Amino acid sequence: MKKIVLSTALGAAVAVAASTAGAATLDDIKAKGHVQCGVSQGLPGFSNTDDKGNWTGIDVDVCRAVAAAVFGDASKVKYTPLSAKERFTALQSGEIDILSRNTTWTMTRDTTLGLNFAGVNYYDGQGFMVRKDLGVKSALELGGAKVCTNTGTTTELNVADYFRANKLTYEIVAFEKADEVVQAYDTGRCDVYTTDASGLYAQRLKLAKPGDHMVLPEIISKEPLGPVVRQGDDQWFNLVKWTLFAMINAEELGVTSANIDDMKKSTNPAIKRLVGVEGNFGQNLGVSNEWAYNIVKQVGNYGEIFDANVGPKTPLGISRGVNALWSKGGLQYAPPVR
Amino acid sequence: MASITEKSDSEDTAKVALWNNPKARALVFQVLLIGLILWSGWYMYSNLQANLERQNIASGFGFLNTTAGFGIIQALVPYSETSTFGTVFIVGLLNTILVSVIGIFFATMLGFLLGISRLSHNWVISKLATVYIETLRNIPLLLQIFFWYFAVLRSVPGKRDKWSLLDSFHLNIMGFHAPKPIFEAGSSFVVYAVIAGIIASFFIKRWSTKRQMETGQTFPVLWTSLGLIIGIPLVVFFAMGMPMHLDYALFKDTGSRLRQGFQAGHGMVLIPEFLALLLALSMYTATFIAEIVRAGILAVSHGQTEAASALGLRSGMTLRLVVIPQALRVIIPPLTSQYLNLIKNSSLAVAIAYPDLVSVFAGTTLNQTGQAVEIIIMTMLVYLFLSLVTSMFMNWYNAHMALVDR
Repeated sequence: MKKIVLSTALGAAVAVAASTAGAATLDDIKAKGHVQCGVSQGLPGFSNTDDKGNWTGIDVDVCRAVAAAVFGDASKVKYTPLSAKERFTALQSGEIDILSRNTTWTMTRDTTLGLNFAGVNYYDGQGFMVRKDLGVKSALELGGAKVCTNTGTTTELNVADYFRANKLTYEIVAFEKADEVVQAYDTGRCDVYTTDASGLYAQRLKLAKPGDHMVLPEIISKEPLGPVVRQGDDQWFNLVKWTLFAMINAEELGVTSANIDDMKKSTNPAIKRLVGVEGNFGQNLGVSNEWAYNIVKQVGNYGEIFDANVGPKTPLGISRGVNALWSKGGLQYAPPVR
Repeated sequence: MASITEKSDSEDTAKVALWNNPKARALVFQVLLIGLILWSGWYMYSNLQANLERQNIASGFGFLNTTAGFGIIQALVPYSETSTFGTVFIVGLLNTILVSVIGIFFATMLGFLLGISRLSHNWVISKLATVYIETLRNIPLLLQIFFWYFAVLRSVPGKRDKWSLLDSFHLNIMGFHAPKPIFEAGSSFVVYAVIAGIIASFFIKRWSTKRQMETGQTFPVLWTSLGLIIGIPLVVFFAMGMPMHLDYALFKDTGSRLRQGFQAGHGMVLIPEFLALLLALSMYTATFIAEIVRAGILAVSHGQTEAASALGLRSGMTLRLVVIPQALRVIIPPLTSQYLNLIKNSSLAVAIAYPDLVSVFAGTTLNQTGQAVEIIIMTMLVYLFLSLVTSMFMNWYNAHMALVDR
């Protein structure tokens, strides 16, 4: 562990000194032929390997969509699994091109780390999971609890704020890896496991008896999760940002991976612009005009990737809630392709 | 003839050009090397500064005064969520020192015991020591930490249950609970008595050595010192009316299920993260110390023991006065590197949530502030400092034990 920290930090120092001369990430990516994507070390529904060793998840699909936009081939992605505390250094040092690892957009991260958040692919909030036999119905009854969480996350700060604001005592046990948190909670070292609510549902699947545990109703924070890129490369920032917008716009316009070929013949000008029949939107991003077509065709629109990875029909069983489109009462909203 | 030789000699020194003079050349190369090192250091620093600025990454040490905002499970100095990152640094540093110092103590005790056992003539004892050493030395330390933390922790009782010894010491998944001594007015006299005992023992030792040199008479220094350091403070303790009481751990098995178990604020608790790390570190390092001790003892030639017994020394005295002092000269230098290893290995704490320096400072703080360069430099300097202090102490001890030429 020590070695990883030291090497990433030293790597940061050296790479910061060496790499940033050429800030054109897009050109570098085209030259090397793949997108290097920083993901988690295994969070079902967000970024996780399936039984064949392929990465899947809503965060993984963001990277695949970016690869589809750049190369017209969603498979041209290489993944770097990162712990919560390694992730920003890996991005700053140029080890990865894009960080898509359920990362909360906060002001400190946006302003002091030299990073830019390209949007929000999942609106989350922090919750608590407890054993059902504790008989606890609300987080306000958790005074005196032992709380397990990850180091280097916003959850560690939120839980401190929440217990302090409600004048409750607590003890925090903070682990480096999510798997260790789950294991410690499962052995009974902690009464409470806290992380983003989506993460709680995902990690509950890893417990010995998932049915013995419940997520409390309180959501104690705003956790907008989204892909992150380095500052100072607006072209690349725009590409990642608009990849996300393209998926949301596609859902709003009813364009799916199944019907996009028919949609190419659509008379709706908004759809024509999205699929690249009209205008030069792709070229202005530095990629082909087929960019959005490739994204939706190979990866899907936002609703499709949500349903496939975390939606009600998956083991996670999360409903759209605030992640529904703005037109359906949710928060997902994208500026128009125009 | 003589004058010719003289002349040629003086001509030689005068004629040699500056670039052919070995002394001048050596000086030039040394100056060049130092210049090169300084220049590369400066270049790396200025390059780093320029790049951090261009990437809009915050730099400087101002973050040490900002509020940390997160909790830490074990702090030896007052700490709360409103404390600063500077305090986090101190908390992490002290936790590292705590586990290192106690770990070094236990590793040394266990290591000496194992090393001597492996040389024992008793077949069972020597084979047991061999098996222990060969097994634990060859399993990676991180695995051993996980073993103690996850495997052993699973088998101890859960939160609402406990294993108890004498009704005062308890073990469960929340840690090891023991009574906490609370000192009252008057207990300072006991401390003074201990200090006075130590000083008196020092002088008795000097006096007895001097007397032995002059008259050959021996004096039971060990027993006298023990009496002075332990006995007299005990007498003082009772004379002051026992100015101390024990705060026992409080266990509840009624009320809401969340609140059952040991209650915070009663007794003393060693958290399981600390226990697992301490056990793994000391049991692992002890195997290396055992081998060093064995090597040290074997390095003392058998003739020394024979000579000692020929002079009429009993076997205990032979060990204490002849074998161990000579063995220590061989043992101390490699022992120092094992101590340094233990200190550095304590940073594996991060894997099991023990809040050491790497976990809370080079981990959480780094992530909350993003100032990797400053934080990693501070952390590296701390380990360097701890290692140098340990080395200095052990070098001093080594010089103290070294063979004195008479």
